[in-house]
Amino acid sequence: MTIEHRAVYRFAGAQAGLVQALRLTPPTSDDQTVVRWRIDVDRDARMRPGRDGFGNAVTMLYVDAPLDRLAIEVTGEVLTSNAHGVLRGATEQLPPALFLRATEATPADPAIAAFAHAVAAELEPLAALHAVNAAVHERFVVAPVGDASRPLAEAFADGTVDPVEATHIFLVAARSLGRPARYVSGYRQADGETVASPHGWAEAYVEGIGWIGFDPLLGRSPEEAHVRLATALDAGGASPVAGVPVEEA
Amino acid sequence: MLSRTASSLYWLGRYFERADFIARLVEATVRLDVLSARPAGQAAWASALAVTDTSDAFAEGGRELRRREVARFLTVETCHPGSIVRCVEMARLNARAVRTALTREAWTAINQAWLTFAAKPSADDPTAVLALTDAVKHETRGFEGAVHRMLRNQTTWFIRLGQAVERADNTARLLDVKYHILLPAGERIGGVVDRDQWTTILQTVSAVTAYRWLYSDGLAPANVIDLLIARAELPRSLAASVEETVDVLGMLARRTGLHGEADRMARMRASRMSKTRSGEVIASGLHQYLQAFIEENAQLHGAIGRQFKFM
Amino acid sequence: MTIVAMGTVAFDEIMGSDGAARAELAALGRWLQTTPESELRRRQAAAEATFRQLGITFAVYGESEASERIIPFDIVPRVFLPDEWARLSEGLVQRVEAINAFLDDIYGERRILKDGVLPAELIFGNPQFRPEIAGMRPPHGVWAHICGIDLVRTGPDAFFVLEDNARTPSGVSYMLENREAMLRLCPELFRNFRVAAVDSYPDRLLETMKSVAPEGVSAPTCVVLTPGHYNSAYYEHSFLADSMGIELVEAADLVVDDDIVWMRTIAGRVKVDVIYRRVDDDYLDPLVFRRDSMLGVPGLIAAYAAGNVAIINAPGNGIADDKAIYSYMPEIVRYYSGGAAKLPNVETWRCREPQALRYVLDHLPELVVKLVDGSGGYGMLVGPTASSAEIEAFRAALVAEPHRYIAQPTLALSTVPTMADRGLAPRHVDFRPFVLTGSRGVQVVPGGLTRVALREGSLVVNSSQGGGTKDSFVLMEAPGAQTQSQSQSLGGMTQVQTLGGAAC
Repeated sequence: MTIEHRAVYRFAGAQAGLVQALRLTPPTSDDQTVVRWRIDVDRDARMRPGRDGFGNAVTMLYVDAPLDRLAIEVTGEVLTSNAHGVLRGATEQLPPALFLRATEATPADPAIAAFAHAVAAELEPLAALHAVNAAVHERFVVAPVGDASRPLAEAFADGTVDPVEATHIFLVAARSLGRPARYVSGYRQADGETVASPHGWAEAYVEGIGWIGFDPLLGRSPEEAHVRLATALDAGGASPVAGVPVEEA
Repeated sequence: MLSRTASSLYWLGRYFERADFIARLVEATVRLDVLSARPAGQAAWASALAVTDTSDAFAEGGRELRRREVARFLTVETCHPGSIVRCVEMARLNARAVRTALTREAWTAINQAWLTFAAKPSADDPTAVLALTDAVKHETRGFEGAVHRMLRNQTTWFIRLGQAVERADNTARLLDVKYHILLPAGERIGGVVDRDQWTTILQTVSAVTAYRWLYSDGLAPANVIDLLIARAELPRSLAASVEETVDVLGMLARRTGLHGEADRMARMRASRMSKTRSGEVIASGLHQYLQAFIEENAQLHGAIGRQFKFM
Repeated sequence: MTIVAMGTVAFDEIMGSDGAARAELAALGRWLQTTPESELRRRQAAAEATFRQLGITFAVYGESEASERIIPFDIVPRVFLPDEWARLSEGLVQRVEAINAFLDDIYGERRILKDGVLPAELIFGNPQFRPEIAGMRPPHGVWAHICGIDLVRTGPDAFFVLEDNARTPSGVSYMLENREAMLRLCPELFRNFRVAAVDSYPDRLLETMKSVAPEGVSAPTCVVLTPGHYNSAYYEHSFLADSMGIELVEAADLVVDDDIVWMRTIAGRVKVDVIYRRVDDDYLDPLVFRRDSMLGVPGLIAAYAAGNVAIINAPGNGIADDKAIYSYMPEIVRYYSGGAAKLPNVETWRCREPQALRYVLDHLPELVVKLVDGSGGYGMLVGPTASSAEIEAFRAALVAEPHRYIAQPTLALSTVPTMADRGLAPRHVDFRPFVLTGSRGVQVVPGGLTRVALREGSLVVNSSQGGGTKDSFVLMEAPGAQTQSQSQSLGGMTQVQTLGGAAC
């Protein structure tokens, strides 16, 4: 699969300089092989490779000159194979048990827990997670919403959620069932498209199987069309570009 | 030195110097109003407000132009950014931010001044006001001494730079306003002199004795103007402040190896000042001269901030 | 002067339990007897006036006015005998070594979990365990460079650890300023007693900082990072920077470029190698911790992960001094040191455990109940002095969220004579010694912060709740009896034991 992604960021005001953490490098697993990969920016910048606490590859981007916009271009080629959503051969820095914890963006919520328990009923863990994923997909209209910082409970009560909220609802639901769950940021090549675009989904852990992908936006598990970049407890932690609040132009 | 530290030291110098100046101004005004044989009354206090450029701010509060009101406004009024209490508070905030750079002695002087006001002192009668200005002067003198006893390094230079820039501004304002009041349009210098008013000016810049030393021919406005503008022997004269600015910037430049916009401006100003004759200034318009001086001083202030990367 | 109300049930550290001064402290007893009360009060007032003048103040939470108070100072010192101190030091070194080993393990291999010593969910469900820095290792493997271990005492040799502070323990400036005041105001005490000096603390701290600089840096630049002068402990931050002769920086003074930390100076950028931060983890780096925050130094953790800067204390240390972990400290110490903890914990009921919760609910009027994530004496129930309404409020809170609470017995805390309204009277004290860990070992500063509950019978010593401080004398052996072989004296400090080679 070919990835060509160009994002231009404009800042609310001119910045004296810039420090950003880019999680834009895909990890290798049994079903994801990186053939070639590069990150370019349209400024004089220093880039330093590193790794965050979740084990994600992080590129620190330093620009030491005034700027009010920045274009980041990612090009590469990744070979993927369909593993029915099961993650195999990936290196893990943290144990699954960590991914039971709530975060500010994904707080434990009684309404979401009740929803999860109603859907999961007596199902086996894997089937229950698939059922929750399908239920989130069916229940919500996914569309951009005005207030990106509203509490998740409010989003859940509303019928319309943005893509990140949908995935966060799945995470909270899975955790309420005792399943470790995490956010995945990456790319997805939609049906009929020739290039992939940024996308986010979830992974949940089932004892005996491992980490399994769930894409609440599609209502099914990710397939060859998904390229994983980074994982964390929520979308913020796995954010492909973290730094000064920016608006994508 | 951290840029932020340099900025705080500079502002500390400016604010504490301003506190000292206002204290002297208020003290001199009290004397003029109360202790003089011919009390100047309202006019004295109006001119004190004018010197600190706060006539409008004072009037806005619907205050009555009376001694008690003005004295309070200039000393203990916490809502007025130009009061002594606020200047001391700002000096102390800046000092706290650079506590590590100051000696205990220097900090203690500032903190003591602040504690004087923290006790919510009265400024209702002349005695109370004079006690307050005395207390402030005591601490500013202590601070001045402490600064001179500190290591001769960037810390002291930034404080002195702030003091010099502030002092230049204060003296220029004092002279401008008092001169206006004392010589209404059309009146000739050398006419009938209000001795008390002119003495007030000298008192405010602690120059009563210095004047007697330097001028043998009695109290004459032209001499007072000469003293305050051109005599570098007087620490609070424009000439001395301008010289001090150049000296301090020069020491900083030698230490950091950096010369910049502020150095150039300060040197140009000093070279012009050395050629200034007070007689010519009076002849060609003292007010215009002082206004230009105040404006140039403000520009130098901006250049200092840019050169040392104040945030 | 006469001493009133002595001889309560609690162990008094100076007067012993029978109303007469302990034999070793007879001279101090005489000093208390013969110095007129008015003179003691005069000296105390003089010390407090100095503190106020120096600006040794703290801000009180919840008071809107820029209220700056000094912490009350008490003129009567608390005294540790040489052998008491030696035993205490051993326990402190053992505990701090265990804390460092625990942090290195828990953010690395996690052997202690694999070996089943701690329940895994206690770590992974704990907000103090910071996954953001998992896998990162501080330079030289030292995590808790500066520890303040809060102790209480119930008898001559009965010390208990009340709380570990492995993040940014404060109070060391009081240790130093209190001593300075005592030297000035009560010089006769220092003629009568050989008191170990504490004034080399800043040098030791700087040496500790330099020792953990990244590899290959020969003359490291060290700084103290403060949240700013509005912070309640700002005096201490500036005091420490001042006495070490290093810069006191705020986040805005630092910038990270190319994974290197720089500070902004009037002459351009200067590289920074070691940061003693007095800023919480949350506000260190907005790219990593609080992403909504505008505070902190963007990129600081990347520089740390790259091994280009040492952060003192290391980020993530909160897991070691968490109240929920505290109750497992005896097991943790045993696990890493191979022996029983020399300093015991106060008995602790973990309310997350149903059996413990039942006990606690049945005995609320006798217990002290604390929030696991609270500090500063807030969110705390002191059963014996609480009203029944307060007890019932806590009962409801406990039932609703048991996992947030632990409970401990109310101990008969030791007392020290203290200047009270009606003369000297026994008041309860606790103690915070400071323990430094560098790449070359652990050292205990011979002194510390004694906090005293000024209200009669009160057990709450927090400064925000009306506590005061005292100087803490650590007596040295009489010159003839000094045994050099046991401890190596370093300018008043004692290097008790060194870390194993593994950490260096």
